[in-house]
Amino acid sequence: MTPLAKLLEAALFASARPIPSEELASLDTDASKAAVAAALDEIREHYDVDGHGVELVEIGGGWQILTRAEYTEAIERAQLASRPARLSAAALETLALIAYRQPLGRAEIEEIRGVSVGSVLKSLHERGLIDVVGRGEGMGRPLLYGTTPMFLEYFALRHLEELPRADELAVALRAEPRPL
Amino acid sequence: MSETVMEFTGVTSDAPSSSTFVVELAEFSGPLDLLLTLIREEQLDIYDIPIARVAAQFVLRIRTLELNEAADYLEMAARLLRIKAQMLLPRADGAEDWEDPRAELVRRLLEYQQMREVVDVLERAGEDRRSRFARAYLPQAAAPPEAPLALSLSELLAAVDRILRVTKAPSVHELIPRAVDVPGAITIIKAILALRARAMWTDLVKRDAEPWQILSTLLGILEMAKLGECRVQQDSPFANVEITSDTASEAA
Repeated sequence: MTPLAKLLEAALFASARPIPSEELASLDTDASKAAVAAALDEIREHYDVDGHGVELVEIGGGWQILTRAEYTEAIERAQLASRPARLSAAALETLALIAYRQPLGRAEIEEIRGVSVGSVLKSLHERGLIDVVGRGEGMGRPLLYGTTPMFLEYFALRHLEELPRADELAVALRAEPRPL
Repeated sequence: MSETVMEFTGVTSDAPSSSTFVVELAEFSGPLDLLLTLIREEQLDIYDIPIARVAAQFVLRIRTLELNEAADYLEMAARLLRIKAQMLLPRADGAEDWEDPRAELVRRLLEYQQMREVVDVLERAGEDRRSRFARAYLPQAAAPPEAPLALSLSELLAAVDRILRVTKAPSVHELIPRAVDVPGAITIIKAILALRARAMWTDLVKRDAEPWQILSTLLGILEMAKLGECRVQQDSPFANVEITSDTASEAA
């Protein structure tokens, strides 16, 4: 590997969080954007071609070294690391709405989900997946919520645009609306 | 209609009959979820929901819920029954301005359905990420380095001057030293224990004893107990204390 690739690999190994490209570039002020991108490619190829237990993944607006999925069970069995708890259906529904319609207030979420969401919002906020991003107009100036970088990290997304666009979603029940 | 209402009032009192298909409501994330599931199971057309049938089914399924948990479901049940009633109202043939009472429900169901698709996408993505580990090391939040102290001698002196001016004159208490005589107290206790091997606290401290004498005796007893020269016993808080010479240690 090139010296730059080795430097980036060391930095990625040392960090527990994804490192954005700009921060990687700051490790070597002489390196151009293209050189950093090439070095990242080099690392990724090195892991993939030589067959390593880890891989380089673009995630949450940055880059991160992750273990390969096939070793997860063995690692967890040996209690070396444990997976984060799964989100409940209620939490996922609420997150889905916020991700697509942010900034979004509690009343709108409750209107669409048909249930009260106070405690769900609280736990999502505590887990750092959503944050208050502003206040709405109207009665009581309600808090508006949006997703955080942690949200992208949790779902292994590069950015929000990686989610399918709303008009791309195939509504399973959709039929030609017939005149009622 | 009346039959449905009967079922509705029976939400909490009647146990579902054995022929009823009981659904675990925990598996539904809300009334719209339950409603969509019903529509899918019965393979109904979402744009032409047979509202009477769906309302009856819906009510049937929420019977197993505790009422306080079911508020959201009950609200939906009431909504379904209202739509059903509106459908039953006679309307003039070919009336142009008639609006299907189900339209709002259809809109909400479609919106909910779309959100469920996003949930599927997120669920897959979340599972994918959960199946891979990152480095577990998290650096401790480093405390920002302390700013160097910028202080001139004159500033320091000014501060001292300020403090001295606001500080009140110290209030001085006069203390009269009164020696505590522990060795003397121990001599007295030993003399008494030599006579009767067992004494009460009230035997050792005279009623008119001065505080320093009481304190001396107490410290003397504690000192002897520490050295194993006597044994101290009190049956209950504030009871009289019994002091005995420690025969066991003498024997040893």
